[in-house]
Amino acid sequence: MSLEQFKNRNIGTQNYVALDVGKPPKSGLCQFKQVVKRTFKGELFVGLWVTMKAMLKALFGGDMHTIQYPFEKLPISPRYRAIHDMLRLLESGNYRCIGCGLCEKICISNCISMDTRYDENQRKEVSEYTINFGRCIFCGYCAEVCPELAIVHGPRYENASEQRAGYSLFEDMLTPIDKLNLQQEYDGFGAVSPNADENIKKTPLAY
Amino acid sequence: METTLAQHIVTDLPQVTWIGVLIKAILILAIISALAGFGTFIERKVLAFMQRRLGPMHVGPYGLLQIAADGIKLFTKEDIIPQNANKLIFMIAPVITAATAFIALAAVPVFPDFTIPSWIPLLGDTFVPSIASDLNIGILFVLGMMAAGLYGPLLAGMSQANKWGIIGAARTAIQFLSYEVVTGLSILAPIMLVGSLSFVDFNAYQAEGIGSWMIWQQPVAFVLFLIAGFAETNRTPFDLLEHEAEVVSGYATEYSGMRWGMFFIGEYANMITISVIAAIVFLGGYDAASSIGWLTIMLKIAFFFFLMLWVRAAWPHVRPDQLMWLCWKVLMPLAVVNILITALVMMA
Repeated sequence: MSLEQFKNRNIGTQNYVALDVGKPPKSGLCQFKQVVKRTFKGELFVGLWVTMKAMLKALFGGDMHTIQYPFEKLPISPRYRAIHDMLRLLESGNYRCIGCGLCEKICISNCISMDTRYDENQRKEVSEYTINFGRCIFCGYCAEVCPELAIVHGPRYENASEQRAGYSLFEDMLTPIDKLNLQQEYDGFGAVSPNADENIKKTPLAY
Repeated sequence: METTLAQHIVTDLPQVTWIGVLIKAILILAIISALAGFGTFIERKVLAFMQRRLGPMHVGPYGLLQIAADGIKLFTKEDIIPQNANKLIFMIAPVITAATAFIALAAVPVFPDFTIPSWIPLLGDTFVPSIASDLNIGILFVLGMMAAGLYGPLLAGMSQANKWGIIGAARTAIQFLSYEVVTGLSILAPIMLVGSLSFVDFNAYQAEGIGSWMIWQQPVAFVLFLIAGFAETNRTPFDLLEHEAEVVSGYATEYSGMRWGMFFIGEYANMITISVIAAIVFLGGYDAASSIGWLTIMLKIAFFFFLMLWVRAAWPHVRPDQLMWLCWKVLMPLAVVNILITALVMMA
């Protein structure tokens, strides 16, 4: 591209296509003819029919665009990053979280803080886990880094609150044990991709 | 011959007493102002459906009680009168709009006539007529009253010391003065055919079914009257007086509360009046003999009312200069030619 073309700030003026609107009427007779033609062309009735069709489709065809928000909600993308959820293992109901601390490490706004201990089975468990949603920027790194798909982004996006700092505890985000059968597998940020099986290499057991 | 027919109908009816007229007047006031409120609801709903929205939904079933909520709001809102306004004129201007709209309805046949059953104390056996005041110049009176109604927006706009109001008042003058001419001239041709200014005579003239409707004899007059009626009632293709995008709210800019509400009751009552006139003069009117006949005119009026909302959803509005061009250079010559042709056909 030459410098001249760069310097031309009137971008697009050269390529405009003029719409064919016909010639403007010159004499009074031409003006009169144009008025008569437009009067009997019926364009106004086309407009009426368009709105009537829209009304019939909205009323009887289910083409109403209004969502009555607090009562109805639009479906959100699985990749939407809203308030976090803590998932359980489907079979045993145990926490998926293994207390590895990767989410706390990777969190760029330092809003996750956790503490772990060994339980009676010498299994590591989370003793303290809070997310400060006043600081959280919902970047999704925690969900992406989690090796167990334990912390994920759920569908709760209505998070207006009275205070800036809004702490959420581990139990608040955890799937309730009686709602375990309703727990949705997370297919959003950091989830296993649908073709993961093809991509993984079979572990050679020969040796 | 038509006058004898009308006299025949009038003499057939029971005696109209002043108490019957009073009851009728109260009925018109109550029902039409309620209908005007309901009209705002219908307008919001129809416009919403045509734009694929739902409209008012939350107050009552399907938002039906929205009218009540709006009424409470209008009645309890503070009545603000601007400091530099001409206070007296500012205060009476909305009353002029509402009052002329209801006075016009006095000469229009609305709702069937009935006799109050005799077991009701005091008012028993009172005959309530279908027209509060059966003038023999009904059409002239109604059109005159609607024309007098233009003093409402005119005075309101000029008294409120607001530039949007002044523009609104100026537009009132040009729009209503232009369209009064077309209204009068367009309805003159049907009047010549019927030979009377009474609504009852118009109704009797078209009594023989759909084939005798005036619209088949005077289609041009019908279209002209409809266009002029849209301008008279300040409806969308010609809603220059208070077009928000151009003049904020025009003549109603400084108004609030019930004074603002009175303008709109007047506007909706005028819409009903224009619908009634169009239905009686051009679409056969009512059949006084049966209640089915009254149902048909209700349907006709409802159709014209719906047409006004439909047009509002579909068409953009015109500029003031386009409006005057349309009125003086197109519609008025057409109306005059229509009268001439009607006169020639009648003489031949």
